Order: sequence, then structure tokens, then C-alpha cells
Amino acid sequence: MAKKLTIEQLEKKANDIRMDIIKMLEHAKSGHSAGPLGLADIFTALYFDVLKHDPNNPAWEQRDIFLLSNGHCVPVQYTTMAHAGYFDKKELMTLRRFGSRLQGHPERTKLPGLENTSGPLGSGLSQAAGIALAMRMNKDHHRWVYCVLGDGEQNEGNIWEAAMLASKYKLNNIIAITDRNNIQIDGPTETVMPLEDFKAKWEAFGWYVIEIDGNNIEAVIDACAMGRAVVEKPIMIIAHTIPGKGVDFMEYDFRWHGMPPNAEQAKEALHDLRTLKGKIRGEHE
Amino acid sequence: MVDDILDKDIAKEPIRKGFGRGLLEAGRQNEQVVAACADLTDSTQMNLFAKEFPERFIEIGVAEQNLVTVGSGMAAMGKIPFVSSYAAFSPGRNWEQIRTTICLNDRPVKIVGSHAGISVGPDGATHQMLEDIALMRVLPNMVVVVPGDSVEAEKATLALAADKRPGYLRLAREATPIITTDKTPFEIGKAYVYAKGSDITVVTTGAMTYQALVAAEKLFKDGIDLEVIHCPTVKPLDATTILASVQKTGKVITVEEAQINGGLGGAVAELLSEEHPARLKRIGVRDRFGESGSPDELLEYFGLTAKHIMLTAHELMDKS
Repeated sequence: MAKKLTIEQLEKKANDIRMDIIKMLEHAKSGHSAGPLGLADIFTALYFDVLKHDPNNPAWEQRDIFLLSNGHCVPVQYTTMAHAGYFDKKELMTLRRFGSRLQGHPERTKLPGLENTSGPLGSGLSQAAGIALAMRMNKDHHRWVYCVLGDGEQNEGNIWEAAMLASKYKLNNIIAITDRNNIQIDGPTETVMPLEDFKAKWEAFGWYVIEIDGNNIEAVIDACAMGRAVVEKPIMIIAHTIPGKGVDFMEYDFRWHGMPPNAEQAKEALHDLRTLKGKIRGEHE
Repeated sequence: MVDDILDKDIAKEPIRKGFGRGLLEAGRQNEQVVAACADLTDSTQMNLFAKEFPERFIEIGVAEQNLVTVGSGMAAMGKIPFVSSYAAFSPGRNWEQIRTTICLNDRPVKIVGSHAGISVGPDGATHQMLEDIALMRVLPNMVVVVPGDSVEAEKATLALAADKRPGYLRLAREATPIITTDKTPFEIGKAYVYAKGSDITVVTTGAMTYQALVAAEKLFKDGIDLEVIHCPTVKPLDATTILASVQKTGKVITVEEAQINGGLGGAVAELLSEEHPARLKRIGVRDRFGESGSPDELLEYFGLTAKHIMLTAHELMDKS
């Protein structure tokens, strides 16, 4: 792997990723804005620090496995993968186009480096559990499976089936990260279907829960490091993020869940991001 | 094939027993074979495997959505997972997970649906899975196998373990006459002419093949010559074997212990209407649910016996 970046460099990287997300969505004229922008810091931390992976050899046998459970947030994954060197950034402009490897929702068989196919919600954590069980059977003791989940998707029962199983088998090689941005399509999560007391729920299911500011890259890296030190329990990092993070008019607004910016909005968003450069960390500390 | 299909003392065994033996053997042959079950380990016959390979067996609990998605995850790491429950629950409850995380994701998970069909009997309509063939058949990448007896189920299990595609294996609960032997051929994607004939092509799957063979034997005396094609792989359908027979007979009956809509009958109807239109009668459950009763009572009531195949054959001959 390449030399690790400093936190400041990672923050700049996350901001560059946000700018490419905006450009990509504006060009595609469809896709989700809020979630991917909110997740940019988590994805930057994962792909540029946390994950053992090799963009030049996506099938590397000792790699960690990364799953995106809420597939609609894939613009942030594509953009981060392109920045990490999995493919040329120019390809980002093919998002959602006919013949593109960058499908509207991620398809493993289309793009090397994707580990799962998702979009229909609630099944990523079960797949993570299956992967973790297989790693145990294979005696892969130095590999982890990381899984990013949305908060809204945890309305799905399948998530809690997986939660019970991972706890039963003490799958401490799962590090799950919930993007707790408090929005889903129909509105705030606590209005649509309340998730709170969210931390208590995961603890009651037998998970080791770490709560962090998900827009603080250093906090994400530290939480994953701590997660890897936990024995006996699977790990759930509840990462509080701001949906639309970095773009003033999108932040906190659930209406940007499933909408792309138009040309004018993209221009404004890019301006916001340029002026915000380097000011992401610790904003809600 | 066994010598005397009309033998009253023909040996019987639940088809799922063959699966249990096949899975154990597959596990011995390949250490990548793993198994998971949703709280029905004994009745789906996974117990043999679980006992010999406890470290490769995962008890999922009553959670069928989790069952198949955990299977998808294990397959991602090079495993060949067999995941079992009753067919009413898997693939009954977890179709979308099968579609997205197994078929679209192209992972070789083998879904084993036990206790399929109305012959589950006393448990009633909730447990009598009749729609599974149709549900699985429409999924791209999916292979659908319905063995005719326990001996074939064993071979089918081994064949599915060696196959790179997602698969659905449909098993019946009840003791079923054993009509094949160790030497009877089985290959995924192949249908087999079990009785040669010239008047009507009977395409059957699962335990109904026995009923068709009995019908053929009896009808021969009435001067009606059935050609019985056992079709254990409903998808991909062996069009060559079926069409070759229909070109000769021009008349077709399909028989299955499932809904005629979308099942084997549907598959054969699709094939014939595009490739070789012919008179077709579909025997199966006709767009309704089952109910409680003994297996024999129900098979009789729903018209899934040799007698009903004979009546349908007479009808076809009279009208032509």
C-alpha cells in the first residue's frame, strides 16, 4: 500500500471526493446526493487508511472485504475508488449511463473492486456475517469485513436477523458502520420509523458499540482501530454524519436524499466545497 | 431403472434423505462445501453433514432472509453453501434476497427447499409450497432441480455442489417410490426418456414421474402408448429431448406437484408455443391453495395420480 496520508491530506482528499460526487451527479442527472456527501469522510478514511486493499489487484487474497449495504450511496464509493486508483476518474462521468460499469446501484459483477451487489435494503450485514464466518473457517485471522449501513435501512428486519447471528457467533471480525444521518426518503428517521434508542438496541443485541462524529476522519480511523482490538463481540460504529455535508443548501435536508443537483446548484455546491476546504474536521465537536 | 414399476412392494424413501446423503458426500469430497439451516436441521436432513462437519455448519435460527444472505456472504469467500429450510419459507419468504444477493450477484448458493408440494399433508396450505418452481424459474442465472426419488436427489446434490451457478433443489417430504438406481444417469440440464412411446409425450418432474410411469404401464394395455420424459432440471429446460419427442407424438401432458402456472407446465407451454405448437394438457394444482389431509387423500383430490394422468391421456386421444 502507498504511504499513509496525514489527517490534513485526508481531509483535502475527502473534499476533492465531494466535488467529484457533485460533478458526477450533475452529469448523470439522477442519483442520490445527501448520503454520499455525508459519507465522504468515512469512505476517505476507509479507502485511504483503514482497509487493507490493493487497487491494482482487487482480488488480492489477503484484502479486507468492504460491503456497502445501502447501495444508493454508491456515488461516494465509485468516487473514492477512482481516487484510490481502481479506475480512471474520467469514468465517473459514465455513472448511470447505458453500458457503464458504474451502475445506478452497485453491481459486483460489473466493476472489479466491488464486493457485493446492493440496492434493495437490509441485506449487507447478513452478507458480512457470511463473509466473517467463512474467514473464521478459513482461519483468516488477520482480515476484517467492513460494512457501511444506512440508518433508514435498519427498518428492515433482515438487519436484526444478522445482528443476532453475528452476536451468537461472536463475529468480532465484522466492523459495521452506520451512517446515522437521521434522514430517509419520506423524512426524518424518527418520524418515519423511530430507531432510538439506537445505541441501546445494538448493545442489547450483543454488539460492541462505538459512537463517533462520522465527519471527523481521525475519529473514523480511531474507531476502526479500536474495533479491531475488540474480542468476543461484533462491532457497530454509529457514525453521526450530516447529510449533504459540505454543501450548505443540502445539509440536513431530507429532500436531497434522492435528488441530483442541476447545473446551477452544482456550481453553487462546488463553490461551497472550495471555500470549505480544510474546515471539515471537528465542526460539530 | 427399477425392473417392475407396478410392484406393490416397491421400495420407498423420502426424497430429502437422498439430499442428506448427497450433502455429506459432497462435504467429504470438497472442504469448501458448507451448510446452513433455519431451525430445521433434522427434517431437512442436514443433520448428517452437521454432525460430521460441525465447524462447517451454521445454525441460523428461524430467519430465512438471513439464511440466504449469509449464504451469499460465505460464497463470496469461495464456499459452496447449501442453505435449507422448508420450501414455503425459503424461497417462499426471501425471494428478493435470492434475486439480488445470489442471482444478480452471481454467487453459487444452493437453496434447498424441503417439504415442497401438497404431500406435506396435515400441515395444510401454509406449508404446502406450490409456487416455488415458478418463483425460482424466472430468476436469471438460477438452476432449478426437482429430483424424482431419493437416489436421484443424492446425485443432484453432488451435481449442484460441482456446478458454478446458483441453484434451487426442491425436495418432497413423503416416502416416495425409488424408481432409479445408482447407474441411472443424471446431469443438470438433461431430461431423460424413461418410457418410450409414440402417442403422447408426458413430461414430468419430481415424484410425479413415478405416477406417470405407472400410468404408461397401465395404458399400454388400453392401446395408448405414452412416452414418459423425466425432467428433473426444470431450468435450464432440456428443449432438445422434449421437442424430439413432441415432433413424434404431437400431444403433450405435463405433470408436477406444483402450480401449473409458471411451473414445469408453464415452461413446456412456453417452449412448445414458440418452437412446436402441439396439444397440451397440464396436470398440477390449478391456481388454488392446498388444505390439510393425508398425502394420498390430497394427491387424489388434486388429481395428481396415475389415474388422473390416464384420464387425461384418454381425453387427449379422444379429441385428436
